[in-house]
Amino acid sequence: MVNPSILPLTVTDATVRRRGKVLVGPVSLSVSPSGLTIVMGPNGAGKSTLLRLLHGMERVARGTLAWQVPEAQARRRQAFVFQTPIMMRRSALDNVAYPLIVHGTPRKDARARAATWLDRVGLADSATKLATVLSGGERQKLALARALIRDPEILFLDEPCANLDGRATREFEEILTAAHAGGTRVVMATHDIGQARRLAGDVWFVYRGALHETAPADQFFAAPRTREAAAFINGDIVE
Amino acid sequence: MNEILQGLLQAGRLIVTLDSDLIEISLRSLRVTLSAVVIASAIGLPLGCWLAVRRFRWRRFVIATLNALMGLPPVVVGLIVYLFLSRSGPFGVFGLLFTPTAMIIAQVIILTPLIASIAHQAIRELWAEYHDLLISLNTTRFQRIATLLWDGRRALLTAALAGFGRGIGEVGAIMIVGGNIDNATRVLTTAIALETGKGNFALALALGFILIGLAVLVNLGVHSLSRTEVSDRW
Repeated sequence: MVNPSILPLTVTDATVRRRGKVLVGPVSLSVSPSGLTIVMGPNGAGKSTLLRLLHGMERVARGTLAWQVPEAQARRRQAFVFQTPIMMRRSALDNVAYPLIVHGTPRKDARARAATWLDRVGLADSATKLATVLSGGERQKLALARALIRDPEILFLDEPCANLDGRATREFEEILTAAHAGGTRVVMATHDIGQARRLAGDVWFVYRGALHETAPADQFFAAPRTREAAAFINGDIVE
Repeated sequence: MNEILQGLLQAGRLIVTLDSDLIEISLRSLRVTLSAVVIASAIGLPLGCWLAVRRFRWRRFVIATLNALMGLPPVVVGLIVYLFLSRSGPFGVFGLLFTPTAMIIAQVIILTPLIASIAHQAIRELWAEYHDLLISLNTTRFQRIATLLWDGRRALLTAALAGFGRGIGEVGAIMIVGGNIDNATRVLTTAIALETGKGNFALALALGFILIGLAVLVNLGVHSLSRTEVSDRW
């Protein structure tokens, strides 16, 4: 095999601290090579920080993250979609092409591939528009195309549909499901329990900076093991 | 009031008759300041960007110093450059004193902190916006700076134009290191100072109006070339 898989990722006792406060951890988990994981939990529980930790964007105060390849290589095969899509001050096409261009793909090839991706996410008509004039749903689809263009092995998404309406969410989920069907490992945080039920293969329930409960989706929604998870699924307020 | 009117009339006359002295010193003004702006931008824009992207122990101190240097008194810069370039100074062998090159050197020293500081302000905001994306995409520091410079080019143009504004109207430094020598280092501002000293107010005013017009023209020209004020663009 030319390209050994970067997964599974093994996390051992990883802790993220900021200003002396523990935000997440210690967390130990393993990210399997396939599947679609939904990360749930109340606001401020540490979902975003956990995703950023796995993606390598947080300094690990203690513990380790072990990919199957050296970290520098692993970083190249991951992508991240943020809650608020970051639109570069460029055309939609150039936004999608940017990850390829910055890592050395010739501009012409990069733009051609970006064009096919724009077509795939239904933004072909907006290719020459400035990314910053796109609507919320279009921006997030653009961000997803930009994340997928390097064909990542694992894709992290941090509440990507938090600000989208029903239709935009459905379109977003369709692209995401297609990517997952194509073999991309997905780890996604969401607040939307309906979305979690639609997409989840398995669930991580994050509570007060720790991984409170992990379970396959059907089991998690049918019979959560912890009181907090049960309350959360019921729509009670969990603090 | 009479002087102002006469000044305007004389300015018109000088322009219409394409007065050769006027054209010569106007072109020299432009040449000196534009060269200085280009060099100062080449140093200041990446420097401002680097300061926005890089975190290091003395960063705050460096930025505060840079901001303070924006108010560098041109006369003092001129004096120091004079001492360095004078025959007995360390760079005296190059024979640069009282040449346009010396004037460009002095203006580069005055303009670089200004351009770097404005660039830093602009890029800092853009960097806050792009930070997560560029970190996530695993870019090198050089790639980040290049991306920010490119995407922030409209704001950076403003930084360069601010530099041009300060340079074209500057008289203290270029008077000292240039010497206001006719046909060699006389520019619009030094000519104005000279004519005012001679009591030749109408001519001084005429040159003043031409200087203002030149500054406005360059700004408008740059803006229309880069289409800054067109919507949908930066």
